[in-house]
Amino acid sequence: MTLDDIIKETNTFYCLECGKCSSICPISRYNPAYSPRVMVEHALLGLEDDLVYNRELFSCLTCYACQLKCPSDVNYPLFIQKMRAIASNNGEHGECAHSGTLQSLTRLVTNPAVKQRRLEWLSDEFRTSDRSDVLFFVGCAPYFEHIFDFETKSIDIVKASLKILNYFGIEPVLLPNERCCGHDMLWTGDVETFRRLAEHNAALISESGVKKIIFSCPECYQTFKENYPNYVKIDCELQHISEFLSEAIEKDELSFKETKRKVTYHDPCRLGRHMGIYEPPRKVLEAIPGIELVEMKHSKEESLCCGTSAFTNCDLYSKQIRVERLLEAKDTGAETLITSCPKCQIHFRCAMVNKGEEKGPDVEIEVMDMVNLVANALEEKN
Amino acid sequence: MNEFEPVIIAFCCNWCTYAAADIAGTSRIQYPHNVSIVRVMCSGMVDPIYVLRAFEGGADGVIIAGCSYVDCHYINGPVKCDAMFERLKGIVHTLGLEDERLRREMISTSESIVFAHVVEEMVGQLKKVGPSPFRKVREDITV
Repeated sequence: MTLDDIIKETNTFYCLECGKCSSICPISRYNPAYSPRVMVEHALLGLEDDLVYNRELFSCLTCYACQLKCPSDVNYPLFIQKMRAIASNNGEHGECAHSGTLQSLTRLVTNPAVKQRRLEWLSDEFRTSDRSDVLFFVGCAPYFEHIFDFETKSIDIVKASLKILNYFGIEPVLLPNERCCGHDMLWTGDVETFRRLAEHNAALISESGVKKIIFSCPECYQTFKENYPNYVKIDCELQHISEFLSEAIEKDELSFKETKRKVTYHDPCRLGRHMGIYEPPRKVLEAIPGIELVEMKHSKEESLCCGTSAFTNCDLYSKQIRVERLLEAKDTGAETLITSCPKCQIHFRCAMVNKGEEKGPDVEIEVMDMVNLVANALEEKN
Repeated sequence: MNEFEPVIIAFCCNWCTYAAADIAGTSRIQYPHNVSIVRVMCSGMVDPIYVLRAFEGGADGVIIAGCSYVDCHYINGPVKCDAMFERLKGIVHTLGLEDERLRREMISTSESIVFAHVVEEMVGQLKKVGPSPFRKVREDITV
């Protein structure tokens, strides 16, 4: 794909240079060197090299904030995604966080011979089956546990989701050799690796014969729903666990114990702005008796980002964005910051562990995934 | 058919294990040729990505070797290495690789015989375990 094709496909040509994107962009607020409007302008002037060899190309969080504000409907996140594919072909990959461990792991699992041991955390308290209509997509949680030197609690999200599914009598299929969904690869321009991962996953899913896939990670969900159809065919109903729970609450199938806690909800960009799922998680939180849900200054479409996407170009600005969000949560007076993305949780925890004056004031708040809160509040069925 | 010859990448600390390997050479101590040594300044600087890239490139086994706790040139390198190694073991295990493919050693400068012994033992183990599943892409490369 050439620059001209990208400009046509993403409506970049309609840019009015109004600068709304740069004023809403979370990165631009801290990093003066980055501006979506300038990026688009460079593309329109045909300065391809200025874009491809620009470090800031990989700074974009693809958070969709600009896309929702743009009066000309320029698909800036898609523009960045495609530009990164060109950059990646030219050997530019951005600055991978954690030295690129996550990217390397993703490339390793594209190998067809690999036999992962990703379900070793599974204990007898969870009921799973080999044949069922429902599949639960675990995602990268088994790796996250080992990659980071602070507690990520990613595997707890998976365990809590299984507990919830078991509560409804669903015994989901878990794929022992499931691959990474490839979200990070697609958004950092490594389309070939993404395609291979998508093919592996599609083959495994069609082999398992399931009718419905449930996700606890919004990134996997968004990738399966929006990007997989361009590469592979998946004939299943896809659902995020928050949608599943809110449906159950509508049918009044859940009973909760009283849980006294004041919480605030952080919208992950993939679930919120990308997929438009704002209400289901809020409905779930409000259904738990004793939970008081307060909104942050920026919420729903206006929600601030957790500061890093695809583990690329995580820098001082990312940390500042995180601290800003954490302070906002603290300002509401809530005890717990609830999110529904394991990666948002990792980024927030990282910001709280790695302190430093230049990164902003120290802030401590409990961060928790929505499913953990729900799983703890579930009343035992007799 | 030729016997399978494993490829081992050894990350050796400049001050102890690299010197030990050097002395093993000058003292004509025989050890298998399967190991390729990468000199690093301290075992504490080895990052999980070094090891993953080695596996990505088709290595069958990786050794991370450096000073013991009391010998470290940089006070606490081995402690950092141990912490990193614990996490790395988890990653490699989840990836489905056998535990024999990854080894952490502390070999002091004067212990060149130990170095030769470790390499010999690991080559033996890897010959039993067989080639790494990630090696398939790099079958054209011979040791």
